[in-house]
Amino acid sequence: MQEELNSQIAQLQEQLDKLKKKVGKLENARKDQLSMAVVSGDLDKVMASMIIGIAAAAMDTKVKMFFSFWALSALRDEKKSAKGKNFISKMFGIMLPKGKNALKLSNMNMCGMGPVMIKHLMKKNNVLSLDDMFRTAGELGIEIIVCEMSMGLMGFKKEEFIDYPHLSYAGAATFVADAGESAAQLFI
Amino acid sequence: MMTQEELKALNVDKSVDARGTACPGPLLEAKKAIGTIEEGEIMEILSADEGTKVDIPKWCSKQGHDYLGTVEENGYFKIYMRKNEI
Repeated sequence: MQEELNSQIAQLQEQLDKLKKKVGKLENARKDQLSMAVVSGDLDKVMASMIIGIAAAAMDTKVKMFFSFWALSALRDEKKSAKGKNFISKMFGIMLPKGKNALKLSNMNMCGMGPVMIKHLMKKNNVLSLDDMFRTAGELGIEIIVCEMSMGLMGFKKEEFIDYPHLSYAGAATFVADAGESAAQLFI
Repeated sequence: MMTQEELKALNVDKSVDARGTACPGPLLEAKKAIGTIEEGEIMEILSADEGTKVDIPKWCSKQGHDYLGTVEENGYFKIYMRKNEI
């Protein structure tokens, strides 16, 4: 009788340990974190990314924004330039918007009239400007990760990017790893 | 949740006027202000942004604060909440 009981307890103990391990894994699997892949360099899409990021950070969610491809234009500092570029890189530099205030709209751009109108409306409706959004994002500790591969592809150099307090450089695997442990992921 | 009369009779410990900002400004203001009040104290957020009256309850439920209700004034909202220690 006693033996039977002991063996039952041992079995239960084993099951409990297994469950504990499983719960531990589940708890670690998804953090209160938002991972965003920002690929578009359109004013509207960069703006949407920043607003979502700021709202998430205001709710104490850790935010990591992976900037890649066309979105790199938004991170260029209009006052900075880099030396030692080859011909193609120089052409890319000239043809792409220099900085977040030079971005175009994905719709209704109308040779630059659209962005002017949107910025006017944003001001009128008390929406933060992109400059303010990046400043706020920095204060909230939002991380911006620059895709090294796109940077190389377009010939951008680290010295032409904005001064942002939480800027780092990484590859696609970093985004995949971050996204895997985040509760939410977005591709914009 | 409280009734409109109860909300109007509340003694507010902190008032945040975020009527000059659009989404997500009011949420940011609320986040900044919550650090300045104690557990159990009541804060009101004034916002002219319609989205805020939906956003603040979401924020409260995520952070474990009590959302008490919203009073609609002329052209803006007063959103009430009570701070809980997380």
